[in-house]
Amino acid sequence: MASSNRPRPFLALLKRDLKLSIRRSGETLLPLFFLFAVIVLIPLGVGPGPNLLSLMAPGMIWVAALLASLLALDQLFRSDLDDGTLEQWFVGQSSGYAQLFARLISHWLITAIPVIVFSPLAAVMLHLRLEALPVLVITLLIGTPALTLIGSLAAALTLTTRGGAGGLLPILVFPLVVPLLIFATGAVSLATEGIDPNAHLGLLLAFTILNVSLAPFAIRAALKMNLE
Amino acid sequence: MSLLLEAEQVTFQRSGADVFVPLDLRLKAGQVIVIRGDNGAGKTTLLRLLAGILATSAGTLKMHADPVFVGHLPAVKSDLSCRENLDYERRLGASGTSIAEALIQVGLAGLGARPARALSAGQKKRLGLARLLVRKAPVWLLDEPYASLDTTGCARVDALLTKHAAQGGAVVLSTHQQLPALETEVTHLTVESAQHRGTVDG
Repeated sequence: MASSNRPRPFLALLKRDLKLSIRRSGETLLPLFFLFAVIVLIPLGVGPGPNLLSLMAPGMIWVAALLASLLALDQLFRSDLDDGTLEQWFVGQSSGYAQLFARLISHWLITAIPVIVFSPLAAVMLHLRLEALPVLVITLLIGTPALTLIGSLAAALTLTTRGGAGGLLPILVFPLVVPLLIFATGAVSLATEGIDPNAHLGLLLAFTILNVSLAPFAIRAALKMNLE
Repeated sequence: MSLLLEAEQVTFQRSGADVFVPLDLRLKAGQVIVIRGDNGAGKTTLLRLLAGILATSAGTLKMHADPVFVGHLPAVKSDLSCRENLDYERRLGASGTSIAEALIQVGLAGLGARPARALSAGQKKRLGLARLLVRKAPVWLLDEPYASLDTTGCARVDALLTKHAAQGGAVVLSTHQQLPALETEVTHLTVESAQHRGTVDG
């Protein structure tokens, strides 16, 4: 009986999370607003010369996307902890993985997809060469799931730390996302110079696969530890 | 009578020490077990252990049926309406009564469209209890189901428990205030804190 019910929590939670995020659309779109605030403000700070901007564009878009993803992390599990819905993930025979995957996927859909969709616009605003645009979108598509997973792990670990995760969370996240940043911006920079970026994209993909295969175990363990 | 939940010498360790004295529990269909104990004796810990949220540090726990756990926190999303909250709950497993019927039975009739954030503490508690009805789970694990409920609310809980036991379900509940006035037979189980007795040998 339990096994035939297993896919149901996944779809139920996915649907509920998406519904909640639409209801709180101000909060949901905050990462996107943040991304565009950075993209608009940086040219004002460094000067609007197209050569300089196009050189900096891959790095700036990725750093902005990375910082934007941090904004939403604090509430990823906390509101569920506070209202008691988090402990319900583990009641009975449920391992909690179905709910965890639903949460990770909904978080990625809510925070990363808008950034990916609007990244070409941001790139054009920064005079990124058009031939590098598809590569930028591909790096975001490959890289943001790893960003979500690393951020979720940090959010799960700092869930019950006193004074909130404010200070600790970025310290945990930053060292782990350095490889992501290097290979992603490297791939886009190579593409602007007309060089094949496949080696960088391959390493980026490997990094994401590593995260997808290992991080869920660690996130679940961290959540259970915080419920004790 | 079929056995729904079996616990043998279970306990939970926090910072290396047992929280409560290891205990046995055998829950059969139609049975209501009331957990008694002083504040801090470990009633909540025991219920969370039985629910599977915490892992046993010693002893064996066997679940033969699906449990539903209603804890101190009502486990409802305040941004969703009562009906949406129960709709989510209903999709989790085998579904029980309809949402409208569940709301009537806990005394929230007509409040289906109200967001859960606009409910009072007692009404939130009632909504939490309505989660039991929309799921078809034989085992109910209730942590302080009478807390923040008024007299009619408590009577409704009693009625729900009696009905559930009569239909072949089983309930484990904790309370320190009043004993449920049930028509069914009630078994008592006392949880003793292990702290006063020093370290208990495994």
